[in-house]
Amino acid sequence: MEKKLITLIVNDIEYELYINPKTLLVEAIRDHIGLTGTKRGCETVSCGACTVTIDDMAVKSCSVLAIQVDGRRITTSEGLEKNGVLAPIQKAFLDEGSYQCGFCTSGMLMSSEAFLKETKKPTEEQIKEAIEGNICRCTGYNSIVRAIAAVAKGKYAEVKS
Amino acid sequence: MNKYTVINPHEPFRVLNTHVHNIDGIAKVTGRATYTFDVKLPGMLYGKILRSPYPHAKIIKIDFSKAMEIPGVIAVVTGKDTLGVKQGIWRRYKDLCDEQILPVDKVRYIGEPVAAVAAVTEEIAEKALDYIEVEYEELPATFEPLDAIKKDAPEIHEGFERNINVTRHIEWGEVEEAFEEAEYIREDWFKCGGQAHMCMETRAAVSSYTPEGKITIYSSNQSPYYMQGLMAGVLGMREGDIRVLSQYVGGGFGGKFELDGAIFCSAILSMKTFKPVKICYTREEDFIATKRRTPMFYYTRTGVKKDGTFCAREAKVFTNGGAYTGMGATALYLTGFFHSFPYRWKGYRYDGYRVYTNTLPSTSMRGFGAPQAMWCSEQQIEWIAADLGLDPIEMRRKNSHYEGYVVPGQATIASCGIDQCYDEIRTWIKSKGKLPKDRSIGISACGFMSGGIFNWFDSPYSFSSAVVTVNNDGTVELHVGCQEIGQGSNTTMAIICAEALGVKVGDVKVHSGDTDHCPADLGAWGSRQTLMAGNAVKMASEDAKKQLLEFAYAQSGLNIVYDLDIKDSWVHAIARPERGETFEALVKRATRGKDGQRIVGRGYYTPHRKGMISPAYSYMLQGVEVEIDEETGKIRLLDSMTAHDCGQPINHLGLMGQLEGAFSMAAGYGYLEYMPFEDGKMMNPNLVDYKMIRSTEMPPANIAEIDTYEPEGPYGAKEAGEGLTNPTAAAIGNAIFHRFGVQMKECPVRPEMIVNALKEKAEKDKEAKKK
Repeated sequence: MEKKLITLIVNDIEYELYINPKTLLVEAIRDHIGLTGTKRGCETVSCGACTVTIDDMAVKSCSVLAIQVDGRRITTSEGLEKNGVLAPIQKAFLDEGSYQCGFCTSGMLMSSEAFLKETKKPTEEQIKEAIEGNICRCTGYNSIVRAIAAVAKGKYAEVKS
Repeated sequence: MNKYTVINPHEPFRVLNTHVHNIDGIAKVTGRATYTFDVKLPGMLYGKILRSPYPHAKIIKIDFSKAMEIPGVIAVVTGKDTLGVKQGIWRRYKDLCDEQILPVDKVRYIGEPVAAVAAVTEEIAEKALDYIEVEYEELPATFEPLDAIKKDAPEIHEGFERNINVTRHIEWGEVEEAFEEAEYIREDWFKCGGQAHMCMETRAAVSSYTPEGKITIYSSNQSPYYMQGLMAGVLGMREGDIRVLSQYVGGGFGGKFELDGAIFCSAILSMKTFKPVKICYTREEDFIATKRRTPMFYYTRTGVKKDGTFCAREAKVFTNGGAYTGMGATALYLTGFFHSFPYRWKGYRYDGYRVYTNTLPSTSMRGFGAPQAMWCSEQQIEWIAADLGLDPIEMRRKNSHYEGYVVPGQATIASCGIDQCYDEIRTWIKSKGKLPKDRSIGISACGFMSGGIFNWFDSPYSFSSAVVTVNNDGTVELHVGCQEIGQGSNTTMAIICAEALGVKVGDVKVHSGDTDHCPADLGAWGSRQTLMAGNAVKMASEDAKKQLLEFAYAQSGLNIVYDLDIKDSWVHAIARPERGETFEALVKRATRGKDGQRIVGRGYYTPHRKGMISPAYSYMLQGVEVEIDEETGKIRLLDSMTAHDCGQPINHLGLMGQLEGAFSMAAGYGYLEYMPFEDGKMMNPNLVDYKMIRSTEMPPANIAEIDTYEPEGPYGAKEAGEGLTNPTAAAIGNAIFHRFGVQMKECPVRPEMIVNALKEKAEKDKEAKKK
């Protein structure tokens, strides 16, 4: 298959990639760009470890081809922190202990981030549904739900001076 | 009888049990943590493994010449490229070392490695597998232990009569006499399913062999020292020429402390090519070709008095060992021991048989045989209470272990908070009031070990070791061999070190997961690290502190009745805390005083005279509130309550996470994680069909922490996080029993089983009415 030149904007940086059209977005991010925070845990779009946001929408990056998102803005877990300052959801994960082995964490953070952007006052049920596509084998999820709820309640809102 | 007050001689604490973030936390929430899955080395090749499609077959011939013609394929290896060493983690017992990983002459389960390819890309390696021609001679196969044990069953390993791999006998007291005293005897057969570890990071390894004759192996594992020792055996190398690195590990749960195909095949390929070779299992490979929780058939017979006093129990267990031994031998032992827990029996007898079959090998998994033991025990006890019309909580309570109890010939219980656990569970049940018609509550009790005292691996080293090095600026390097796999051991060790040395957690850098630089340690299994590595770290830290205080004493000129201490990095006389100096100032002086040598503290731990099983035991009660749809049999968990005695908590946040996580895995074992096999083939090796707890299935997890003081543990700590995998399946079973009066004897409980049980019951009730 003929290789294609595409541009992905990942974490505000433009990457020009010359890739096989079969390349999955997760492969482009991990193997071509070299950002390994995004993980893979299955081949069946079931585990959510590869979740990123594309224009603020949570997407399992093993379910789309890189060429399908040519020119789009993609955020991975590495893009949440800005200039060394952690995003609210990252701080909340630290405070609540919402990760253990950490392998699902990047995907879990991105699902949470997208959900928090679109849902302002979520119920616990809504939070649980938002991360239903992400498997965590370690935590039992409740600490993740607590972290998302804490951010939604504004615990980590910046104090504007 | 067993009420007591906790007196912890080490209090008050400065660091211990305060709110501490996991020290690996920032790396994990920013995507910086690099797992074996992420390792990429210059010139690295990618490996893939060809697997047996047959459950039992002789390998007649392997021809890989066509595969080698594919551009990009660099090497193919088979069993003939290995030393053919039969290895196993029970190194002391040659009979139990039975797995070659790349077998030379026959395969014993579907998915067993047959050959491995290294190529410039994973895609080419995968394609090359199709071009390897293997000629097999199929052999008759056997899949269930009760078939494999029959006289005419096919022989899986030469010389193992009736395919019996290991037997275990545990006995104490006068069993027959105790049964004679019993006024009520009940016997039941149970079937316990397997369970996949399902670590989010599948088995992965990168091996790099160089012309010096040394090999570096990045691997996702629970015990770098075991990997080093086992690899030395199979490669015919010295341990010291093998470096195993595992900084971040994406979960273990008992499935990653034996050699796996990724580690072994990547090493063999790297030795052939002198290039780094990476092998990552697909999820399907991780399901069909690793190991699993041991499926068991359980017969248990229990005798009690009419007032509910326990007299005697005997159990016979046949486990599905699968094709190889692995850690299954230990699971066979521990299931027998914990089947007695947490109760006192005048007579107890257990006979376990681990039987080889042509299926995926079974092994340790979180709970280590105890979840199966409790599935049977805790349901049968509930039924006995119902049969006799007794309160199931009070009946359990009056028969439970207590502080100071001796399990005859097996263990001494130095700390035990189970009595308070019963109170907590009762309070929770009361708080629920009258339940709606479709809901019910089930409870289950258990206890668990804090590390095994056995050394079947034949390690010449202490079970745990630690080295504390104090830098001139007051920062501390802590080198440990215990392995961080997500359970938070690095943080636990940093907390213990900071508490003992009198510094802050942020001053301590923990070095682990590297056999070149860290002391040997048996690793992360059997709930051993907090107690064993924790003791080693405490000792090393106290050693360093003592050396530092010698310089402080020499300078202070105080009457020797006054003693000095370090807290919050402040060195001071205990009687006059305002008088003192900073930790950093003392370190600088002490370093000068030692002619510039850094202060180094050393610590180690090996249990001695602690019985047969473990130095300490945790205790717990689990309650679940369950809703069941009568039409479909679908189970929903609505609420849960855990009362847990782990001695002195070290890391509050970590402890809560461990308990919640253990509960979710245990609940999955109870009603979701079904692993069906047909003719040796796993029928659902993917995350669409293998069901497990997701966020929407997880109920609230209420937790009551019962503080006790365990004299053998560091600062009084003992097990947390594995034991709670044990009681939940039975608690769910008991909730089903209380709702419908049906007795579920097989786990996981699937909806159709409930529907069928209700049908059967309805028919029986009808029959009874007719009569």
